[in-house]
Amino acid sequence: MNAMVTGSEAEMPEIGYNFAYLDEQTKRMIRRAILKAIAIPGYQVPFAAREMPMPYGWGTGGVQVTAAVLGPDDVLKVIDQGADDTTNAVAIRGFFEKTARVATTTRTGEASVIQTRHRIPEQKLSEDQILVYQVPIPEPLRFLEPRETETRELHALAEYGLMHVKLYEDIARHGHIATTYAYPVEVAGRYVMDPSPIPKFDNPKMDDCPALQLFGAGREKRIYAIPPYTRVVSLDFEDHPFEVQHFAKPCAMCGARGVYLDEVILDDRGGRMFVCSDTDHCETRQAEGHHGEMWGGMLAEDAR
Amino acid sequence: MYVAAKGGEKAIRNAHRLLAKRRRGNRNLPDIGLAQIAEQLALAVDRVMAEGSLYDAELAALAVKQARGDLIEAIFLIRAFRTTLPRFGASTPVDTGAMLVRRRVSATFKDLPGGQLLGPTFDYTHRLLGAGLGEGGEAEMMPAEPEAMPRVTDLLGADGLIEPAPAEEGEEPFDITRAPVAFPVDRATRLQMLARGDEGYLLALGYSTQRGFGRTHPFVGEIRFGDVEVSFFAEELGFEVSPGTVQLTECQMVTQFTGSASTPPQFTRGYGLVFGQCERKAMSMALVERALRWAELGEEKGAPAQDEEFVLAHSDNVQATGFVEHLKLPHYVDFQAELDLVRRMRAEREAAASLKEAAE
Repeated sequence: MNAMVTGSEAEMPEIGYNFAYLDEQTKRMIRRAILKAIAIPGYQVPFAAREMPMPYGWGTGGVQVTAAVLGPDDVLKVIDQGADDTTNAVAIRGFFEKTARVATTTRTGEASVIQTRHRIPEQKLSEDQILVYQVPIPEPLRFLEPRETETRELHALAEYGLMHVKLYEDIARHGHIATTYAYPVEVAGRYVMDPSPIPKFDNPKMDDCPALQLFGAGREKRIYAIPPYTRVVSLDFEDHPFEVQHFAKPCAMCGARGVYLDEVILDDRGGRMFVCSDTDHCETRQAEGHHGEMWGGMLAEDAR
Repeated sequence: MYVAAKGGEKAIRNAHRLLAKRRRGNRNLPDIGLAQIAEQLALAVDRVMAEGSLYDAELAALAVKQARGDLIEAIFLIRAFRTTLPRFGASTPVDTGAMLVRRRVSATFKDLPGGQLLGPTFDYTHRLLGAGLGEGGEAEMMPAEPEAMPRVTDLLGADGLIEPAPAEEGEEPFDITRAPVAFPVDRATRLQMLARGDEGYLLALGYSTQRGFGRTHPFVGEIRFGDVEVSFFAEELGFEVSPGTVQLTECQMVTQFTGSASTPPQFTRGYGLVFGQCERKAMSMALVERALRWAELGEEKGAPAQDEEFVLAHSDNVQATGFVEHLKLPHYVDFQAELDLVRRMRAEREAAASLKEAAE
């Protein structure tokens, strides 16, 4: 299956691309890295990341992982900040519609592959799904030790004292751990892993998750994974247990509680509202008849 | 009623249409052709080929045009295309000694076999904005027929005054475009990363070594630019075939070395090799390459340009620009988390302050 992308200008050379952009050898190489990553949960597997037609830092790792696991029958969902309609999510979804011609959806339940940046969907994932994370900095110890040569050794020795000292210093200074996103986790009792910059609110969803979770860092050329039903623990202390964010108000559109909310500034007089960051979750709830205090009787979908 | 508007396909489509319109500019002016770009903006095209790691002037010209003259964007376009190409083998090492030389200068010898050949250079021009060029002023000049000439480093090498080029190991070198780089790296990897590294970045690092941050006392042994034949050993045929020639700029920086217990005093090399005529890049590359060799030559480390992981891991402008510019992407989920934290810490601080007031 070849998606030919050809230019209109007469002098432009004709250029063609393979299914899902990457050539088959590259996909095989990425799949090998993914298999290794699944076999060693939380371990960062180096892989020969390719240059992609979108910039580094904009999801090239996630896109390569998605391209490697995607088949013609898959249904793809792409979210950024929990939303399907953010610009980068739209661009990546469009990329796979064009190069792989796969079906796409915004519904979490209907997707077989979900590529995400910064969120885990609110709806519980199933065994039939793969969640692909876009990762900017895969190394959880990077901001404590900038050198790859050093951090590699720390992982090999399971020497995570630095991280605990950092968390302890947070408590000493602020009275609580001041890491709110990209909160480090321990996977399957061995490797400390960066969950990508998801809010720590989403961390508990990684634990014992039925779906396969894959992480791709293109610029840093690393892939790592959490196999289904793996224990994922957010680092903490006995006297300072891990806690997630709580929102005082429910979603203003669908009335949901216990979900992650975006703050929206309404005017220049301090007016603001909180709405679900997960747009699919919010729209589904509205369609089911759940309404928040600012719900206007129309689905956001119809208003667009 | 509030409807969250976070972006949308239509907005993106419109932005791209506007970009296409702006790229074309005023339609009363003729569209610029790829051949015009390749011929008249040849150095921009050379840089795109060099840092894009793909030798194809037509595609590089197309990239420059499509990128509206933004060279890093053009390099990015070329890289994204290059990565889709099948790779069917490695060429045999090119012989720059057999280069048909269009320019060759040495700063270490006044005269030498083959002579100093200035060729097409900006050197010694007075940088006066060209009168007449805007209206198509033209120059007539018959260039000399390019010919091969011996490399200065080979002349020095005959007396053992300069370290020999490392022997060819015969095996296929590590390929940074096909395998992830792990530090520390070998020489082939280092040179590849420098060869596709950002010109401005290497220029600044090379400059820093001249200003005392990792001083290496360099001399330009030789800079040469010209045409080199590429050969490929075709297994099926059992002999070498030549797919064509490429233009290369090669720079050999010669640096003093006092010697060690096992090595007599001699000159050492820093090496730069770049597609096209990219002299500034080749020189900068050679300076940085030499600075990175501190360990094997038993020198003291301390300067930024000597720090392999720092220098090489940040040299790629496509990676750098992508990650820097990704800060434009929405970050509201993480920002919300930080907002929550800052509010919480402010509330705690206020509570502590009022408690203190009450106590007083």
